[in-house]
Amino acid sequence: MAAAWSDKRVEVAGVKVHLSRAGSGAPLLVLHHDIGTLERLPFYDALAQRFDVLVPHHPGYGQSERPHWLRSVRDVAVMYRCLLTELGLPQASLLGLGFGGWIAAEMASMAPRDPARLVLVGAMGLKPPEGDILDQALLSYVDYARAGFHTSEAFAAAYGVEPSTDQLEQWDICREMSFRIAWKPYMYSQTLPHLLSSVRVPSLVVWGKDDRVVPPSAGHLYASRLPDARLEIVKACGHCVEMEKADALAQLVTAFVAAK
Amino acid sequence: MHLMYFTEQPMSAYSSEDGLRFGATALMFSNKHFDPVAGSRLYNEYLEQYVHAEEMGFDGIMLNEHHNAPFCMQAKANVFASVLAGVTKRVKLVLLGNPLPLAENPIRLAEELAMIDMISKGRLVSGFVRGGGQEQLATGVNPAYNRERFEEAHDLIVKAWTQPGPFRWEGTHYQHRVVNPWAVPLQKPYPRVWIPGVVSRETIIWSAQQRYPYIALNTSIEATKKIWETYDKAAAEAGYTAGPENRGYLQRVHVAETEEKAIQNARQFMWMQGEFTGLAHPVWSSPSGYFSPTQRRAFVEFATGRAISPRGRPTFEQQLDDMQIIAGTPKTVIPKLKRILEETRPSIMAIWGNDGAVSHQDSMTCLRLLAQEVLPALRDFGNTLGLKSPFEADAPVGIAYSKDLKRAAAE
Repeated sequence: MAAAWSDKRVEVAGVKVHLSRAGSGAPLLVLHHDIGTLERLPFYDALAQRFDVLVPHHPGYGQSERPHWLRSVRDVAVMYRCLLTELGLPQASLLGLGFGGWIAAEMASMAPRDPARLVLVGAMGLKPPEGDILDQALLSYVDYARAGFHTSEAFAAAYGVEPSTDQLEQWDICREMSFRIAWKPYMYSQTLPHLLSSVRVPSLVVWGKDDRVVPPSAGHLYASRLPDARLEIVKACGHCVEMEKADALAQLVTAFVAAK
Repeated sequence: MHLMYFTEQPMSAYSSEDGLRFGATALMFSNKHFDPVAGSRLYNEYLEQYVHAEEMGFDGIMLNEHHNAPFCMQAKANVFASVLAGVTKRVKLVLLGNPLPLAENPIRLAEELAMIDMISKGRLVSGFVRGGGQEQLATGVNPAYNRERFEEAHDLIVKAWTQPGPFRWEGTHYQHRVVNPWAVPLQKPYPRVWIPGVVSRETIIWSAQQRYPYIALNTSIEATKKIWETYDKAAAEAGYTAGPENRGYLQRVHVAETEEKAIQNARQFMWMQGEFTGLAHPVWSSPSGYFSPTQRRAFVEFATGRAISPRGRPTFEQQLDDMQIIAGTPKTVIPKLKRILEETRPSIMAIWGNDGAVSHQDSMTCLRLLAQEVLPALRDFGNTLGLKSPFEADAPVGIAYSKDLKRAAAE
């Protein structure tokens, strides 16, 4: 069932951030991938059945303004802490998808008791003990987005068999911003693994078994570094779990975040 | 006119089959295909050709650099410039140029260039470039800050050349506790800076604002005229009138004893353009953030194979027809080059004589015929057109050294 979404622009650190919101219940901040997010997703609708769901576009991505001064993913995390404070929701649960998972993990490390729950799905941010994070700098926009899915059908269901040129342009804007803040080391932090031990809230780490973007070894590392974490592997699924296995992920997240 | 010789210094001694199989010959084409025995021979042949160019009468030698690609063996323009500073006596050493954004320490560049200027006894022309798209990837430098780094590194180098140290530099991309290099250029206020380019409007405008000559790299006559329009407008806004001394042009010209031989060798220019072995994968040559946002749509279409490069990809025959490649005996190439001079009116002319697998002997013949027969004709014709080089016109080295700026611009 489609939820009733409202879109607005919220100012954070002088930057206009695009924010979509729907549903009611406990607040849940959803942080999207490095390829941005489609405007609406069945997965977001499913969450809005139980939660007050907030889906911002990261600063410099999608319809949010680009802060020319932004230099690191940690800066993005600070901006989102500011946003939650501004909205009076400092204890919102955090759900980070891929690149958004890195932001969520940084946020949790800066305010260890604040988020009610932390969910990381195929999260970037740690140097995988085995393998490397797939480098989009060497891949075309379409090939990179396609690598986020286990099956080509799932990719086509989300973006079409041949994504539009408008979509390519959007991916280029996202990519440029990712380069601006995560060029080197590429898509991970050398300090985050040491800071994760401070987190004082329960965490759920979810990984697509066939994730070709962030090696599952990084999932095991997250689960071992976060003090109270559980790792769930979703079978026959790539990096974009929220698009490829929307129902399964919605159930996992709902059960975990809603639990007392 | 200032007439200079250019070659990319190709490392063409690899199997084109391997290049074709891989589909691209920049960035990710394995360097196992580099043959250091051929490399050593070629470096020394190129050196011999440069010395020959000076002996035969060229005014300058233009050098450049590229990374992870067989089409250019120069990984550091300053290395060849250093060698030439010692072994030549008269020619200008025109570096087009050092890729500034790739430098983590621009002061090191300022020092190297100052040494080259002193060793050559003041013959350095220090051009600067942004570096190709794939070179940002080859060197690990963030493409999204390419232009910012270019401009900041330039400002830092010029300050290091013109203001006594020590001073401190607290920039956006560069921070230096102490800037105080004990090698400064012989030429005052500093060596001339020429800026080469192809499509980026921002670079043309920036060059005009600095009052640096802009060298159009083998652009079509029509595209070149548009470049001068953009340049002239920015120059007028900066308070001066641009003229031939602000304009340079790189032209592919191969000359041989016969027409047939010249055409056959000129085909090698297509080798460089990837006809035989492919060049860079379009994704690698246009990393996000490297190009102007105004060209975003054109480049995403190019990068995914939905459109040809915004730079164009004409065939050999088309390029002969519109004179992007000129080939023949001196007798047939001179009228074509005159036409280009007449149409584009540059005072700096770089002649890209040899490329790909053109033999050493044919390269030497090309240089001799160019210098003995073509250059004198161009020089005479340039004089009748009033094409005075920056040296002949005694043009200011940069905007700050202008004495003729109109008041309106100063306000």
